[in-house]
Amino acid sequence: MGGPLSQIASAAGSCRPALATTTLAVANMHCGGCMRKVEVTLAGIPGVVSARANLSAKRVSASYVPGDLQAVALIDALERAGFVAAELAAPSAHPIAAADQDYLRRIGVAGFAAANIMLLSVSVWASGGTEMSPAIRSLFHWLSALIALPAIAYAGVPFFQSAAQALARRRLNMDVPISLGITLATLMSVYQSVRGTDQVYFDAATTLLLFLLLGRFLDQRMRAKAAGAAANLIGLAATSATVVTEDGSLVRVSSKALAPGMRIHVAAGERVAADGRLLHGSGEVDQSLITGESTPCRVAPGTFIYAGTINLSGALVVEATTGTDNTLLAEIARLMATAEQARGRYVRLADRAAQLYAPLVHALGLATFLGWLVSGLGWEAALTNAIAVLIITCPCALALAVPAVQVAATSRLFAHGILVKTPDALERLAEIDTVVFDKTGTLTLGRPTLVNAGAVDRTILAAAAAIAANSRHPYARAVVRAARELGLAIQPATGTQEVAGFGLERQSPLGRERLGSAAWCGLINAEAAITLCYRAVDGAITGLILADQLRPDAAEAIQGLARAGFAIEILSGDRPSAVTAIARDLGVGQFRAQLLPTDKIGRLAELAAADHKVLMVGDGLNDAPALGAAHASLSPATAADISQTAADAVFQGDALAPVLETLGLARAARRMALQNFAIAIGYNLIFVPLAVTGYVTPLLAAIAMSVSSLAVTVNALRLRTRKVSLP
Amino acid sequence: MTALAWLIPCALLLGLAGLAAFLWSLKSGQFDDLEGAGWRILEDEQPPTADPPAHR
Repeated sequence: MGGPLSQIASAAGSCRPALATTTLAVANMHCGGCMRKVEVTLAGIPGVVSARANLSAKRVSASYVPGDLQAVALIDALERAGFVAAELAAPSAHPIAAADQDYLRRIGVAGFAAANIMLLSVSVWASGGTEMSPAIRSLFHWLSALIALPAIAYAGVPFFQSAAQALARRRLNMDVPISLGITLATLMSVYQSVRGTDQVYFDAATTLLLFLLLGRFLDQRMRAKAAGAAANLIGLAATSATVVTEDGSLVRVSSKALAPGMRIHVAAGERVAADGRLLHGSGEVDQSLITGESTPCRVAPGTFIYAGTINLSGALVVEATTGTDNTLLAEIARLMATAEQARGRYVRLADRAAQLYAPLVHALGLATFLGWLVSGLGWEAALTNAIAVLIITCPCALALAVPAVQVAATSRLFAHGILVKTPDALERLAEIDTVVFDKTGTLTLGRPTLVNAGAVDRTILAAAAAIAANSRHPYARAVVRAARELGLAIQPATGTQEVAGFGLERQSPLGRERLGSAAWCGLINAEAAITLCYRAVDGAITGLILADQLRPDAAEAIQGLARAGFAIEILSGDRPSAVTAIARDLGVGQFRAQLLPTDKIGRLAELAAADHKVLMVGDGLNDAPALGAAHASLSPATAADISQTAADAVFQGDALAPVLETLGLARAARRMALQNFAIAIGYNLIFVPLAVTGYVTPLLAAIAMSVSSLAVTVNALRLRTRKVSLP
Repeated sequence: MTALAWLIPCALLLGLAGLAAFLWSLKSGQFDDLEGAGWRILEDEQPPTADPPAHR
């Protein structure tokens, strides 16, 4: 695809001019009302032919007459309507959507086949072999074959392909025995249909295929959703920018057009579109998207500013040092992709089991066949015995052993507000021995809170909040929030003015009020703790203390982890003093401050090299690569979208206890999975010798197989109610 | 037993019809936006586009 503005010929051909289409990510489109507003806003722009929003994907695609209209105009219109929109860098998430559809088609076919074959099979079973004439039974078997053969050939492709790929690389995965089991069951059923016997298993083959496909589809869905969210975020990081031209006029351009050396004008409240150096202006910026730290950062000419930073005070002029492709944000996205690839090499427990199990089973089947052949039994009887061995050892119980446990464990965690996203996450979580925390937003709540709200006079707080309500500054918001929590009604005060770098000022007939830094308000020798001051019209000054507070149970959770034998470390992007204070409060000896995303990954790599299995708990965009690189990762539901995407599990609420609970349950789940393996293997130890010696009829084998699968599933379900705690 | 001669084809045809309907809905993009579709029925006015794109 040439680009988001790639021209497409309209369907009507010559009677309409060629239309351009573009796909925009709209971050804050949350409900049907928003969706409607987005569509109406876009459709109202002259030149826009159609606009269709997708609420699940948080995207809207619009087609318009190119020439007099640019995509930037669409973004601006949406911004005026209150939406944060961005052009997608690569609008085609289509390969993923296509894979999604592919699975759904196969599930549809397998479902049709399984349902119809079951209809025929049940009537054969119900007749008990006496009420149905052999001719009808044979007809039913052939009908089943007619449905099953094309359905299996089509729906089984993902498994057959994966098995073939594994074999081509001279490795074994769970798909090899699954493919072999399904293929053999099908071929044997065809053979038995020809012979006119009862041992026909088309129903089992198609049903097994259907359930396996459903599992794969859910896995795929989860990944597609994550990738879509990541693409939206990268688009949103930098939308459009105002460029100062040679003659000093301001021109609005798409952020993709930015090049090094351009001067970007950043108005108050706007996001910086490219990494750059500050030329004019000074004030405070919010770097939380980059560093995860909510405390505003002071900037002066010469300071380096990253793309994605929000300008909190007066207008700034930034000289771009990179285009948008080379910004720190783009770098974070790339780091994440690499980190996740590394994790993709993790071999699941079931696959590791298959690597041992599959060769054994296949050798056993072959040995049975050859053994009976050599001992003088005809090839047909020898093959039937060999097939009985393969059915007995069909990895149904084995294939169920781990997924059943995972379903039980994830549904229990889900009920407690913890969403586990990847199927192998629990296995990785069970191996953890070191827990690494980010500070802001993870150990703390991630937003400044007015600590001394109780000590401040209510009327003073109300007056300060009235002024603060006019600003987007995090401190101002904290003051407003504190006032609201005390039940005060806040009306934004009129006539308020933001003084860049100092605070808010209001001139009224009664006099002048100020809310800002201590020195500006006239408080000399202020205590270090005082972050903000309010100076009333009568000149009285009130100190306000704002701080990011620890999560309510942070200390308790850290102690619990330490008691359970986990090594604990804090990696933060914040100032050393702030990190030291928190680490001391929590009793954590290992901590590092002022880390960049790459530093965090570096530290994780060091730990991994020392053979530690690390759980990363983090929330900020700056944590996203680390979340992807760690052996396993958790993130609170308040985290940036991309971090939630990168994490293995997301937990709700203000408490940190879910970290302990997840680790505890993951370990319990691993014990349970091993128990299930033991059950499956124990059952094989009893029945395989019987099958090899020819004492097991295929019917008996099928019954025994179901019983073992049932035993494994019931065992896994115990995990839902069992009491779980860390040692 | 003659009932089977038409009951079985009927069952199969119904199944195939269901499968065809599913494949059609998949192809026409009905699973593309599961959240948005629910909200769209609540809209009083005509949608802003006369011809929503069949596929994206």
